[in-house]
Amino acid sequence: MGEFMNSGMGIILTIAAQGLLVIAFVMISLLFLVYGDRKIWAAVQLRRGPNVVGAFGLLQTVADAAKYVFKEVVVPAGVDRPVFFLAPLVSFVLAVLAWAVIPFSPGWVLSDINVAILFVFAASSLEVYGVIMGGWASNSKYPFLGSLRSAAQMISYEVSLGLIIIGIIISTGSMNLSHIVEAQDGAFGLFNWYWLPHLPMVALFFISALAETNRPPFDLPEAESELVAGFQVEYSSTPFLLFMAGEYIAIFLMCALMSLLFFGGWLSPIPGLPDGVFWMVAKMAFFFFLFAMVKAIVPRYRYDQLMRIGWKVFLPFSLGWVVLVAFLAKFEVFGGFWARWAMGG
Amino acid sequence: MSVADVAFYCFAVPAVFAALMVVTQRNMVHAVLWLILVFLSSAGMFVLLGAEFVAMLLVIVYVGAVAVLFLFVVMMLDVDFEALKSEMVRYVPVAALIGIVILLQLSMGIGAWVTAEGAPAMRQAVTPDPSQIENSRALGLLIYDKYLYLFQTAGLILLVAMVGAILLTLRERRDVKRQNVLAQMWRDPAKAMELKDVKPGQGL
Repeated sequence: MGEFMNSGMGIILTIAAQGLLVIAFVMISLLFLVYGDRKIWAAVQLRRGPNVVGAFGLLQTVADAAKYVFKEVVVPAGVDRPVFFLAPLVSFVLAVLAWAVIPFSPGWVLSDINVAILFVFAASSLEVYGVIMGGWASNSKYPFLGSLRSAAQMISYEVSLGLIIIGIIISTGSMNLSHIVEAQDGAFGLFNWYWLPHLPMVALFFISALAETNRPPFDLPEAESELVAGFQVEYSSTPFLLFMAGEYIAIFLMCALMSLLFFGGWLSPIPGLPDGVFWMVAKMAFFFFLFAMVKAIVPRYRYDQLMRIGWKVFLPFSLGWVVLVAFLAKFEVFGGFWARWAMGG
Repeated sequence: MSVADVAFYCFAVPAVFAALMVVTQRNMVHAVLWLILVFLSSAGMFVLLGAEFVAMLLVIVYVGAVAVLFLFVVMMLDVDFEALKSEMVRYVPVAALIGIVILLQLSMGIGAWVTAEGAPAMRQAVTPDPSQIENSRALGLLIYDKYLYLFQTAGLILLVAMVGAILLTLRERRDVKRQNVLAQMWRDPAKAMELKDVKPGQGL
């Protein structure tokens, strides 16, 4: 058995099994994320939310998924068929792809590559293609307008996300996500994490993540008041399900990135308590709660306001922060508060 | 064939095929989508060469930003292929002439290419040992430490090009109504509206 696991075939099988494990984790959490999202949203609006299927409505998402799968796929006349069906696949596959490099605990990572953070960034910047292709292939006005909005929006906010990530990379001296987490380890628990040295960037990252994943209040590509449902108008059944799942997985990925980059990943907030995968999952769930609360509380932005804060507020601020952090790290201000090269890289 | 060879062909064959599709597709949006496949396959080949940093940059910059803008423009064009074809027939002789001249120049240039004495050694001297150092770090040491001035100059040239492009398209219009965002944000509800107590049957 041991010999087989070290042969070429055994390694391929091991990687496949690990991959399935990560996908299973993501898919099962997806079921409860959609449920939690709707429950939180309902609670804010003093409604009950899903409460019929299963105990407390816990199986509502399963029922919805089954409903989508068994419905008829309606393909409107005049769509570009290959691109029309490729779009939801692209959006779903890319959302899942980025999980390959997310570490959950020391060593609990599918692929521990040196450029992990760039890989996540690349995968999430490609997600715009699902939206653009879907909107164009639908051959209809509203989806097309939605996809144009989305293209501009996602490119704008990627820039500030990238600059914020550069600040973290400067502090750590490495692009490996595990090293980034290890650099936040220290004697003071949660005060060693990057949220303190990079405090203004936490808020910026959170807001940019909302815009990057087309989440309310920045869900302008699918703004129902003016664009019906944007790029999703012509989609039904399983293709729509894939768009929906891709969107939620991308949001969950942003929660994972928040906890890895700024909140110490699997590290325990209180010195003395054991570190572990529990903390990572708890932090991800907490950030998802914040995402859901923002959706419930904040009204939708106007499109020109969205572009304005992206280019005229976030971009100069995050660019200035990168320069500032570079100096703070280089001259090791506050005993290397911004420079953790010895611990991480 | 080793695993690396199989992986190479897995990237190389789609790259060549997709590149062919880019130039033969009638539909321009499809052509751009095939172009994206070319970029992704070449990124895969960079990974096989051990240059994972360049691969990720290729994906982020070219696929994630440049190709999106291509697609953005191409999607909004309404191209009439018949008109385009009739135009093309007129320009084919000139285009073919230019192509042949460039091909001749290139073949003459490359045919007469002689490497200077000691050039490979000079290149080797500044290259960090790839087995000792990860390639993002090596690249950083080269362009930000060793060739800092050249790198900054290249950046300045790009900046000048960008300023020029913006200047060419910039026109100030005085006949449109602009919104003053700060004035909007500092607006006070108390000054913007007035509450009146309307008596029944009287009106204002």
